[in-house]
Formats: sequence, C-alpha cells, structure tokens
Amino acid sequence: MPALCLYFQVHQPCRLRHYTIFDVNHVHAYEDGGANLEILNKVADQCYLPANRIMLNLIRQHAGQFRIAFSISGILLDQIERHRPDVLESFQALVRTGSVELLCETYYHSLAFLFSLKEFKHQVMLHKKKIQSLFGQTPKTFCHTELIYNNDLAKVVEKMNFKTILAEGADRILAGRSCHALYRPAGCSKLKLLLRDYRFSDDIAFRYSDRKWPEYPLTARKFAGWLHRTDAAETVINLFMDYETFGEHQSQETGIFEFIKAFPAEILKHPDFCFQTPSEVAATFEPSLSLDIPDFLSWADEDRDLTAWLGNGMQTDAIQTLYKMEPQVYRRNSPQLMDTWRMLQTSDHFYYMCTKWSADGDVHQYFNPYPSPYDAYINYMNILDDFSRQLHKKPSSDKGCNP
Amino acid sequence: MQILMFGWEFPPLVSGGLGTACFGMTRALTDLGHEIVFVLPRTDGDGKPSHVKLVSASGVAVPDLDLEEPSVFQGLSIRSVDSVLRPYLSKGRYRSLLSGSQGSRFLTISGDYGADLISEVVRYGRVAGVIARERPFDVIHAHDWMTVFAGIEARRISSRPLILHIHALEFDRSGENINQDIYDIERYGLEAADHVIAVSHYTKKTMIERYGIDPEKVTVVHNAVTRREAGGIYRVEKDPLQKVVLFLGRITFQKGPDYFIEAAAKVLQEMPEVTFIMAGAGDMMPRMVERVAELGIGSRFHFAGFLKGDDVERVFVLSDLYIMPSVSEPFGISPLEAMLYDVPVIISRQSGVSEVLQHALKVDFWDVHELAGKIMAVLKYPSLAAEMVERSREELKHIRWEHAAEKILNVYNTCLS
Repeated sequence: MPALCLYFQVHQPCRLRHYTIFDVNHVHAYEDGGANLEILNKVADQCYLPANRIMLNLIRQHAGQFRIAFSISGILLDQIERHRPDVLESFQALVRTGSVELLCETYYHSLAFLFSLKEFKHQVMLHKKKIQSLFGQTPKTFCHTELIYNNDLAKVVEKMNFKTILAEGADRILAGRSCHALYRPAGCSKLKLLLRDYRFSDDIAFRYSDRKWPEYPLTARKFAGWLHRTDAAETVINLFMDYETFGEHQSQETGIFEFIKAFPAEILKHPDFCFQTPSEVAATFEPSLSLDIPDFLSWADEDRDLTAWLGNGMQTDAIQTLYKMEPQVYRRNSPQLMDTWRMLQTSDHFYYMCTKWSADGDVHQYFNPYPSPYDAYINYMNILDDFSRQLHKKPSSDKGCNP
Repeated sequence: MQILMFGWEFPPLVSGGLGTACFGMTRALTDLGHEIVFVLPRTDGDGKPSHVKLVSASGVAVPDLDLEEPSVFQGLSIRSVDSVLRPYLSKGRYRSLLSGSQGSRFLTISGDYGADLISEVVRYGRVAGVIARERPFDVIHAHDWMTVFAGIEARRISSRPLILHIHALEFDRSGENINQDIYDIERYGLEAADHVIAVSHYTKKTMIERYGIDPEKVTVVHNAVTRREAGGIYRVEKDPLQKVVLFLGRITFQKGPDYFIEAAAKVLQEMPEVTFIMAGAGDMMPRMVERVAELGIGSRFHFAGFLKGDDVERVFVLSDLYIMPSVSEPFGISPLEAMLYDVPVIISRQSGVSEVLQHALKVDFWDVHELAGKIMAVLKYPSLAAEMVERSREELKHIRWEHAAEKILNVYNTCLS
C-alpha cells in the first residue's frame, strides 16, 4: 500500500547588489538588502504564512494523519530570524504538532560537495545545529541542494549518520524500475534512498495552472484519483517540490490553496493510503534493490544534471575562482569573511548565469534578478574581485578574531 | 509573385543599413521564387547581374500628363522649418521641385542625402507612375519615407496594395529636433499605406505613439544578417594583450558616438592599455575629435574614418568588442555583422536589434558608467567573451532573412486577400 511522502523545499538566496568594476576596492557590502527584504516580505505574505496556516489546519483536522517534511535552508532561516519572526514562529508551530519532519541540507544551499568535502561537512553540521536550536529536532534525512545526488554523496552522507537521502527519480537511472520503491545507494549498507516522482510532483509544481495542459484544471479529486490508481504493490509516492509553489509560483488566484486544502481528505478517502515523512517511510520499509548512480543527478530542468549551475564557462570560472579562495579564507580566520565567502556559495548565484535557452529558459528567467546571465556573471565576478582583495589585505582590524 | 519595390539604397550604392537590409530581404524573396523589380534613384550602370531587376528612376521619360501635380499631395501639408535647406512644397512650388531638369521630360535624381533631398523624393515619386505603367506586378513594397510618394503614385496607377516598410523614422534620425516636412511625409505614408512593416517593436511603438497609427495595421519583421562567404575571413596577427574596442557607424546624434567616448575615458582610467577605434563619418565628427582631445585620451583613441569593403572586415577581426551605443536605433544590423566575426557586442536597449539578441550585453545609452563597467568586464573576464561568442554563433543561425521573407509574404497575402 503506497505511502504518500511530501517534502517541500523552503529557500531564498541572499541576492547581490548591483556591483560594477568601479565599486571594486570601494564597496565591501555585497548584499542587496532592500531587494532581499522586499522579496522575503512578498514570499512570506503570499506563501509562507498562508501556506503554513493551511498546513497547520490540515494537520489538526486529520489528527496527525496528514504528515509532511520541510527542508528550510540556513540562509533563509537567518533572514526570517532577522526580519520575519512571525514566519519562524509559524514553522515552529508546525514542527510542534509532531507531524512535521525537518530535513538537513547545506546551510548555504550550496554546491560545496562538488568542490570541497571539508566545506560541505561544515555546512551540513551548521544546518543540523541550526535546526536543533530553532526547532528542537535532530534531522535524520538529508536532501542536497536542488536534489543533487550521486553514489559518492550517499557514502559521505551515510558516514555522517543520516538514515535517509532524497534524489530525483530520473528515467535514465531507473532504466524501467519504479521510482515508487525504496532503494539502497550503491556502496552503502544502511542509508535508504527515496526518489522523487517527477511526473506527479510537476503536475502540481509546474503544470497546475497551465491552461494549455489537457488536464487543466487539476482538482484535488482528480489528482488523488491518479495516485489511487498506482499499483497497490508499490511502496511510496514521493512528491517533492518548492514550498513557494503554494501562493508564489502558483499564485493564490490559480486556486492552489483550495487544491492543497482538499488534497489530504481526497487521498485519505482510500483506506489503504496514508501520509508518511521520509524518515517514517525509511523506518517502515526495507530497500528492494541497490541503485548505482555514479553520475550526478538533480531535479533541475529537463537535463536533470548539473548543467543548470555548471553548464558553461562562466559558471565554472566563477565557482572555481570562489573555491580556490578556501585556504586563504581559513587562514584569515575572520568570521565575517567566512560568512561572506559562504553566502557567495549559494547555488542560485550560478543558476543565474545559466545560458541554456531551451524549454527551460523561461523558468530560469523567472527566477533571475538579472537581465541576462552575462550580467549575473559580471556582477558576481566584480564582487569576487573585491572579496579577493579583502582576503589578501593585511589583516589589521580583524586581528581580534584570531585566538 | 511579382513585387515592385521602391528603395533609396541597394548595394553597391549603400550608405547605411537600409541598402544592406534591402539586399538581404530581396535575395531571400527571390530565392523563394518571387520576382522583384527594384527602383533606385539611379544605378551606376555597371550592369552587374543581380537577383533583382534594378531600375533607375533617373533618366526615365515622364510624359507631360504625369508632370501635373498629382492628387497625392492634396491634403498633405508640408511646411518647412528651414527654408534655406529645405524647399517648400506648396502648390506654386511643385513645378519648381521638378526643375532638376527644367524643360526636360527626363528628371535627374542623384540619390544622395543632400539638402535637395525632398525635391529629389518628389521627382522620384513622379517617375514611379511611369514605371508602374510599364509592367505588371502584384504588390508595391516601398522602403522608408523617401519612397512614399513613389509608392502612392504606383498604387494610384495600378490599384495594387502598397506596403510601406519602415527602417527608420525622423525621431530616430533627429531626436526631438525633427524636420517637420519629413515627419509629415512619413505620417502621410503610414496613413495611406495598406499595411506597414516595422523593423522592430521599438519602431512600431514610435509609430503608434508619435504618428497615431493603428497598431493592427503594423507588422513587425525583424531584420536579419547575410552570412559572409566562406573563405573571406581575414587573418590578422593580433596581440592578445592588446585589447581593441570598436565603434562603427555614422558619427551622428542617432548613433551615440559621444557616449562611446565618455565610456572610453572611464575605461582608460582603470585600464590604460586598451585601444578604442571610432570608424565612420558624420556631422558630429569635429565635435568628437575635440572631445577626445579635451579628455586627453587621444593616444588610445583612433578615428579610422569611413571604412569600406575589406577595411570593415579587417577592423572587425582586429576588435575584441563592438559597441553600439545608439540613442535611437530602429533595428541596427551592425552588431549582427560584428557577431559574424566572433566579436562580442554591447548594444543600447534603445535599439530594435536588442529585441532579437539574447547573447549581447545591453545598456541604456545614457548610462556611461554601466557601459564602461561592461566594457571592462568583457576585456577582463575571458570566460564572458567566450560564452557570448559561442552562444552568438548559435543565435545567428536563427536570425535569417528566410524567416523575414516568410513574414513579408504573409503581409503581402493578407493585403491581397
């Protein structure tokens, strides 16, 4: 009897200010505080607060039968702690119901795993501690930034004592097998792997309000009907998506809130169906097979690989320049420089530089605060130029940070 | 389909983008099997075969009947703001406008853009009627205001639909200091034509806002670029450390040469080893030379003059970056030409070509600071230039005259049905 596993990614980057070459050596503040606050307020009011209210009601209404998981990036947690404590409280209220699992990711929603294992582990530990201190829960499930995954990541994550890991159920790795089964990552002995059902997930996340979609309009009853028709022998249906789907990517006017309000009741009409969080799925079922995924996967674009972040020369140049600074950042031992360096690791900065103009182009444009990927690269490189000069300056004022 | 086209430029008689565009578009149309008679003010008579039949308006015998003032001028008020440079076009003046060949039935039309342009345009219009009577055709396709009278006269004779193709408007050429005569002729043509083709949404918007033209009547057909012939690529020994930034175009208000110079000065403060080249000629040239001297950047800033043929190719190949800082550019083919030579480009947002280019950097023409910053970024970050060039190659494959020709044919067919 399939369980339904819902995980929502909650993340907002720190967008960078417009930074020209003329600012290098003069301006050392890189964040666009105004834009970040404006976007945070907009997303809080259109998505986080109303969606959290609905989720809380659904959990109460279904007396714990409705269960969900969130991964909230550290860089967003910092922002809501500082500017929107009401949003933080509403997430805390959700966690207190006991029906919500919080997942662990890299604090800065970064691609550190691809460039520095040491940095990756740091960021995971930072995030874990943050979740513990804000929510009193210790994450047992790991989801990498943008669902990036391969065998090597699984091995590292297992060693870090996580029980479960999430990945994209891409056709090319499944080769005919079902994404509704639980798998064992190749080379792991305990870790369990859950795969996103991208068709069902994207029905909500992308197609829900698409009037050209033959299934439009999608009602909760119709969607639940599709899920109910899944083979009864299957284990789990994983619906993973951005939390901003609710009220932000799909605006309130599309009826997305009504959809989610009606969804749990429609699912639970079938007596064999239930909701489970990733850890609960992992605790209930054993993996059927080992899954060998040597090449990186992600949930981005049609390609479902790394090319959204590392697909062109500008992206690799920018990210390599950033990670080459790691030894110097550590040598300086300045919390402020460290924090800036890490903020610059957020994957969104590289996503903005993507030049794939395929069917995915418009999705990239939607999220892009820059008029073009070239502008994104120029801005970022100018900032890196200044940051690098800061790093190589003789430490004077921040000597005090040295123990 | 048989097309009667009226134009003011056609290679080798070219002074700007108009002739280049007419060439590319007519070639694509004839490749699709359509026949074009292209009427020019005059041809140089070298008899080179062309894909179109070139007809010279100059020297065509005009019967006395056609020398009467035609009805097309009725209801058209043409004033003059500068009577020294621009002749009146009033009832009494009409005959004298034809005086390029007093007492003769052969009108002389130079095709230059001189002070006498308006009387030339009127004479050209007279000849159109004669040419239109001589041969059958399905549609009349007229390019820019210079051919408005010709197009309307040809329609009067033939009753075939007139399509007016606008490559530039008076506001593009002169900013707010427009020549009222030319504006009036443009508006008259836009109102009279059966359908209008604009080279960009930018131009269409100007037609709607400044000329009160019904948007339904205007179709946007972006220009394209003709691929250079294989093998014609210049090999120039180039010092990779010697960075060259190029401006190539008329040195006139419309093209924004002053913004290029101001940006150059800013760049040279930070990167004193960069070279700037301004190629072209125009009425702002003396002021620009003075400004360069004033800024003290003369040693890094070169005026190359008006370049032709191989020299254009050579300067593109030499360049690391092409800038088109136009104040108002209905389309702007030159960035596409630069891209053919694998030169990255920065273009002003106030240009039609920015509607079709995704892999160019864009700035507002007045934002010299931003322009300078982007120039330095392209010179400083090799990955940026490399990515722009690589993507531009892809992009150019889709900017084809064939696509433009198909859209033009759709316009013809709509007018004919």
